[in-house]
Amino acid sequence: MNILLTMIPMALIYATPIIIAALGGLYSERSGVVNIALEGIMMVGGFAAAAVTVVLEPNPMAAYFGLLAAVITGLLFSVLHAFACVHLKADQVVSGTALNILAGGITVYLCQIFFDQQRTNAFTTGIAKLSLPGLARLPVLGALLFKDVYPTSYAALLLVALTWFVVARTPFGLRLRACGEHPQAAASMGIDVVRMRYVGVLLSGALAGLAGGTMVLTQDIQYSLTSIHGTGFIALACLIFGKWNPAGVLGAGLFFGLSEATSIYAKDIPLLQAVPQDFFYMLPYILTVIALVVFSGKSVGPRAAGESYDPGKR
Amino acid sequence: MAKRSSAILLPVVAILFGFALGALVLVATGKGPLAMFQAMLQSVTGINSEAGSFNPRYIGEFIVQAMPIMLTGLSVGFAFRTGLFNIGAEGQLMAGSIAATAVALWVKAPPGAHVVLVLLAAMAAGGLWGAVPGYLKARFNVHEVVVTIMMNYIALFLNNWAVVALFKSEDRIKTAAFPASAMLKSTALSAMTHGSRLNWGFVPVLVSLVAYWFIIEKTAFGYSLRAVGFNKDGAQYAGMKVNRNIVWSMIIAGAFAGLAGAVITVGTFSFGRALPAAEGYGFDGIAVALVGANAAIGVFLSGLLFGMLKAAQTLMQSQGIPKEIASIIQASIVLFIAMKYGISHVLQKLGPPKPGETDR
Repeated sequence: MNILLTMIPMALIYATPIIIAALGGLYSERSGVVNIALEGIMMVGGFAAAAVTVVLEPNPMAAYFGLLAAVITGLLFSVLHAFACVHLKADQVVSGTALNILAGGITVYLCQIFFDQQRTNAFTTGIAKLSLPGLARLPVLGALLFKDVYPTSYAALLLVALTWFVVARTPFGLRLRACGEHPQAAASMGIDVVRMRYVGVLLSGALAGLAGGTMVLTQDIQYSLTSIHGTGFIALACLIFGKWNPAGVLGAGLFFGLSEATSIYAKDIPLLQAVPQDFFYMLPYILTVIALVVFSGKSVGPRAAGESYDPGKR
Repeated sequence: MAKRSSAILLPVVAILFGFALGALVLVATGKGPLAMFQAMLQSVTGINSEAGSFNPRYIGEFIVQAMPIMLTGLSVGFAFRTGLFNIGAEGQLMAGSIAATAVALWVKAPPGAHVVLVLLAAMAAGGLWGAVPGYLKARFNVHEVVVTIMMNYIALFLNNWAVVALFKSEDRIKTAAFPASAMLKSTALSAMTHGSRLNWGFVPVLVSLVAYWFIIEKTAFGYSLRAVGFNKDGAQYAGMKVNRNIVWSMIIAGAFAGLAGAVITVGTFSFGRALPAAEGYGFDGIAVALVGANAAIGVFLSGLLFGMLKAAQTLMQSQGIPKEIASIIQASIVLFIAMKYGISHVLQKLGPPKPGETDR
């Protein structure tokens, strides 16, 4: 029981950036652009957040300016992907790969320019945890969900609800989804496919940037080349495992977060002691492959995701 | 003919763009680009143009860097030829590395035979790792990009588990050293290049390059693979076994990458290693294949190019240039190649008007 009390808040911390980045991927893929650059965008966001926080500290709002910087740099970085994929009809996977390579290079390069080392300087506090007055004193639930929680975790939940509303309940969401399913049909109804795809990719950049910033400011003491260590790809897995739906993303993200937390506490849990730690790290990836097989044949993902928009195609 | 010339022109333009951008980044951040080019020259020729000295060790290390990425380049390129995107060379490489370690440590065989067994085991393991996404693509139409990304991470953690649990690593980082019979090491090659890590790994690499060219260009099997890459439905209609070709293409692609794992594990190193993160050979392979236009000779040349970039990194760092400029240049080249429609459009506008040439 005591282990659960520490494990679940831990899982929530791990799940937060996964969920936020996966929501970003959702906007992009729903508009018809595959974004495997989530990892790279998270790196850029993480770097910006750490760098700005270090410079502004001890200002109590430093970390929040850091997050703002992460959103802006993530958005700007994703312009490259949008320009290549939408304007120049680049292969979306190649462009994403280029961005991932570029992110690792440019962030560490700038660390050496600004901080004279392979990483940013360490910040002192990052984002401060908060306890909700009243709710935090609830038995069990209070300790699990309302005491010493990062505000970014609540932000992730809000973003899930907001994304559900925007994508499922607004004209904008309908248009976005139409561009990802059948762009030519969408265009015939007067939707500007190019513009919608730009919006989709830029939203994914802003959210993945925020996710990277959140991850570095809640799980790390500085940005380095290994700060993001594959979380962007877990977010991609989360998007698929969650069937490209905000609610599914939330569920998958929490599950993957729990799996990561379990890997740390497994040695204290009698039943799980024998399971090697690496197995828990593998779990999200194995499950995603299985999920892909299970989903196959059913139209789960956006149909036109990955294809360049060719107005002349029927 | 127009197509052949653009296969050469486009990568050359992209490379020039990439280096120009890299130089621009250096200038913008107050570093001199000249030192970068000097480092590249020295890493390829061994000549230090500043001091006027010559050290062949740099040449040896340059070849060591180029070997595995030529193989992952072949891996990515082979799948490309069948219309598949293999982002999984990294994972296939690690599967090969695990198998190479197992055979090197556990199998007893006479010198000569042992190392061949190591290489074959690595190819088999890489092929198996490639077969999974290939089969899932053929049988369930699951997109190979996502599966290969996931398989990369599965291989990484499998490798780290194997190093500790199977190979009983004492420090949990590296396994016991391999017996000499299992390795590609050569004291003669090393001595020739002033103590570099140069080894017999270039032999399987050259054999692979020739085999790639032969399979793709000279066999009916290669022709049917390419047909699937050009037009899946057309190939199906012509009676080719599309699904079988997809699986075989991924198996062979995986085998090339698996071999790279062996070349690194029993050539560059002499023990199996647990890794904190992927080392990027798979991404390098994507760059190599794209710049090399998925042809054997192209992969060879672009392997040398990116090998040079990797080899020059240490020298750059020692001269005060952040070594990450190499990744920035590599990424820019890949991005420019990805933008090929846009770039070839611009090239066509800049070039002299050619009557009768269609927009291709």
